[in-house]
Amino acid sequence: MSAPGIPAPPLAALLELTHRCPLQCPYCSNPLELERAKNELSAAEWTRVLDEAAELGILQVHFSGGEPAVRRDLPDLVAHAREIGLYSNLITSGVTLDQARIAKLADAGLDHVQLSIQDVDHQTAAFIANYPGVQGKKLAFARMVREAGLPLTINAVINRHNITRVERMIDLAVSLGASRVEVAHAQYYGWAIRNRAALMPTLAQVREATERVEAARGRLRGQIVIDHVVPDYYARQPKACMGGWGRQFLNITPSGEVLPCHAAQTIPGLTFESVRHKPLAEIWASSKAFERFRGTDWMPEPCRSCDQREVDWGGCRCQALAITGNAAATDPACALSSAHDSLRALADTASSEPPPDFVYRRMTPHDDKTALAAATS
Amino acid sequence: MTMPQLSGDARPGLAPGVRLTFDKARDQWVVLAPERVLVPDETALEILQRCNGTRQLTDIIDELASAYSADRSEIEQDVRDLLASLIEKRILTA
Ligand code: SF4
Ligand code: SF4
Repeated sequence: MSAPGIPAPPLAALLELTHRCPLQCPYCSNPLELERAKNELSAAEWTRVLDEAAELGILQVHFSGGEPAVRRDLPDLVAHAREIGLYSNLITSGVTLDQARIAKLADAGLDHVQLSIQDVDHQTAAFIANYPGVQGKKLAFARMVREAGLPLTINAVINRHNITRVERMIDLAVSLGASRVEVAHAQYYGWAIRNRAALMPTLAQVREATERVEAARGRLRGQIVIDHVVPDYYARQPKACMGGWGRQFLNITPSGEVLPCHAAQTIPGLTFESVRHKPLAEIWASSKAFERFRGTDWMPEPCRSCDQREVDWGGCRCQALAITGNAAATDPACALSSAHDSLRALADTASSEPPPDFVYRRMTPHDDKTALAAATS
Repeated sequence: MTMPQLSGDARPGLAPGVRLTFDKARDQWVVLAPERVLVPDETALEILQRCNGTRQLTDIIDELASAYSADRSEIEQDVRDLLASLIEKRILTA
């Protein structure tokens, strides 16, 4: 344990280089109000943030977005991360990078690539991402990544439109030479909560998928690592969201706001500080937003006296807020939460009705023009 | 399915995307892997530091047996168990 008052340093940081993205996934974890390109941190600012992160004790950085590769300075940032000993992971949609740019990233010392996929079925994939031809581009990208010698994780985002093909998505990951696959049920924050009914599978589908994942795990042992977590709405115990608020992880938005988790801006009353105005270490140690739910002192019952309180840390604050209206409540994914039954009821109702149309992720029309102008300038 | 036995001339090494580095902030060795940070215990560290992709398994076992002046077959079992589990987790390759 560290000295009282000084929190242990974080292990990892998610760096949202930009919110610009050519895809429009309805489950995108970005906030509904996307950041405009003109507010993004510059390469010099990100470089300083990387230095401050390494100094603070962060070991791994995830370059994310939006689509981080729309930033032309990505290879420079990767190179800098490598130079100062940070482990770098690129979280990408894979549609904007060609062979030359992948080679550049590999040369810069990128450690790992994580590619998200929408489906194995080309048509559904295009429908989910609202991007014709998306699957072909992703398959080509995955092959180029492996040819460049970079290790690959496939992140398959599961929802009611693709859940019956979960095992085929795992097999696709194997055939693409991925060493790891994340079977990632859509998580209901950001755009996904707007699209909850359009995304939510039934309990029976989730059970079936879980069996298929387990079968694949047995069959593919030693060939690929399969990570799979039961989706919150059908779980009995919440996940340790972010490994506990302000314990291991921080998120930096395109404009430099430092968040305990990517959805934290939905919580009313929290104010966030920016790397533009304060050193990262100071924000981590003493920002009110980080202190608000750090540790166990903030917890209500039943968490407060529960023996799991330092295992799951009471679950997710943003989910507690979204379902109960109170960010300081026990995560309703927990069977001991008084809101647990209503969470399940929400899922049952949503999934039993025909799916409504997607509300695709996009900038508001006004922002769109600004972003495009900035992207092409 | 059980993992096939590694042969003595296998040359285990860190898998692509995995790094063994010293973490100055926490004063300890760590294994950095995709979405994972592992802190090896003393024995695991001794083994990992020898898995550089060029040393053979038999040499690694010999070295450790003499370094700890321990029974070779016991060391061999420990090393094999650790390697098998780390290979399955894609931390090592052989
Ligand atoms: S989830 Fe989809 S829309 Fe959102 S950043 Fe990723 S690829 Fe882009
Ligand atoms: S009561 Fe709180 S600490 Fe206990 S399992 Fe549920 S969420 Fe976790």
